[in-house]
Amino acid sequence: MTTAGTLQVRIQEADFDVARELEALQAGRVDIGAVASFTGCVRGGAAEGGLTALTLEHYPGMTERAIEAMLVEACQRFQVLRAIVIHRVGRLEPGARIVLVAAACAHRREAFQACEFLMDYLKTHAPFWKKEATPAGERWVDARVADDEALARWGIASANALGGEAAVPVEPPAAAGDNARHPDPTTIADDASLATLSRANPP
Amino acid sequence: MKLHLRFFASLREALGPGETIEWAAAEATSAGALREWLRERSPAHAQALAPDRAVRVAVDQTMAGDATPLHDGAEVAFFPPVTGG
Repeated sequence: MTTAGTLQVRIQEADFDVARELEALQAGRVDIGAVASFTGCVRGGAAEGGLTALTLEHYPGMTERAIEAMLVEACQRFQVLRAIVIHRVGRLEPGARIVLVAAACAHRREAFQACEFLMDYLKTHAPFWKKEATPAGERWVDARVADDEALARWGIASANALGGEAAVPVEPPAAAGDNARHPDPTTIADDASLATLSRANPP
Repeated sequence: MKLHLRFFASLREALGPGETIEWAAAEATSAGALREWLRERSPAHAQALAPDRAVRVAVDQTMAGDATPLHDGAEVAFFPPVTGG
C-alpha cells in the first residue's frame, strides 16, 4: 500500500524504500509544495561499544493508535496534507533503517516542523523498546531525559525517562498541550481527520 | 473484576507476556492499586514492579497513570519507559 490514506502508520519487520514512500506522499496532488522526511538508522561502531544488533519490541495495537494520535496532532499544528510513519521491529543490524517519518505540506517550514515534532513525540510516547546486543552481552536501552526535554519545546510535558512511582504519568497525546484547541482524548477516535488514517495492520 | 494483563520488554522477560486475572479489589480499583497488589504475587513481581522502578502503565492501550480507574474487562499493560525511534 502506498497512497491509500492521508495519514499512514506502518509497523513492520521488513525494510522500506525511502524514495518510493516520498514519491507516493506527493503523487497526484498539486497543493503540496514541500515534502520533508527523517530516516533513523541503527548506529554501530566503536562509539556504540561494538553494537552487533538492536532488537525492537512493540505493543501491537497500542503502538499504531499512539502514532495515529500523534499524526492527528501534527496535522492540527502544522497543516500537514499527507504524512507517513514507518517503524521497523525485530532484529536490526548497524546501518539498517529503523524509522521513516515524512510530512507533505504546502510550505517547507511546516513540513520540517512536523517531522521533528513527530520524532520527538514518537521517542517519548510510542510503545517501542530497544534491546542492544554487544560483545559484552545484551541490555535494554535506557530512556533519555533529553528526549523528554525535546518534546517540552513543543509545549508538551513529558516524563517518560523519569524513575519511580512518583514520576508524573505520561499523558496521552490528545490530552497534552493546549486542550482548548484539541479534542477531548476520549473523543479523538471520532475526529474527522482520523477517518483518513490507514494502516497496514488493523488491530 | 476480570483484567487482561500485558507485560512488555524487561517486564515481559521477568513476568511473562501476561495473563487474564480475576482481581477481587475491595475499593481502590486504580492502575496504581493493581500494581501494588501484583507485587504480592511473587518475588519476581515484587522486584519488577517495585516502587523505585520506572514502570509505565497503559489502560485499554492508552497511556495512563497510577490514578487511572480500571473497569471489568480492561486491558492493563505495564512496561518500562519507551525507547523507540
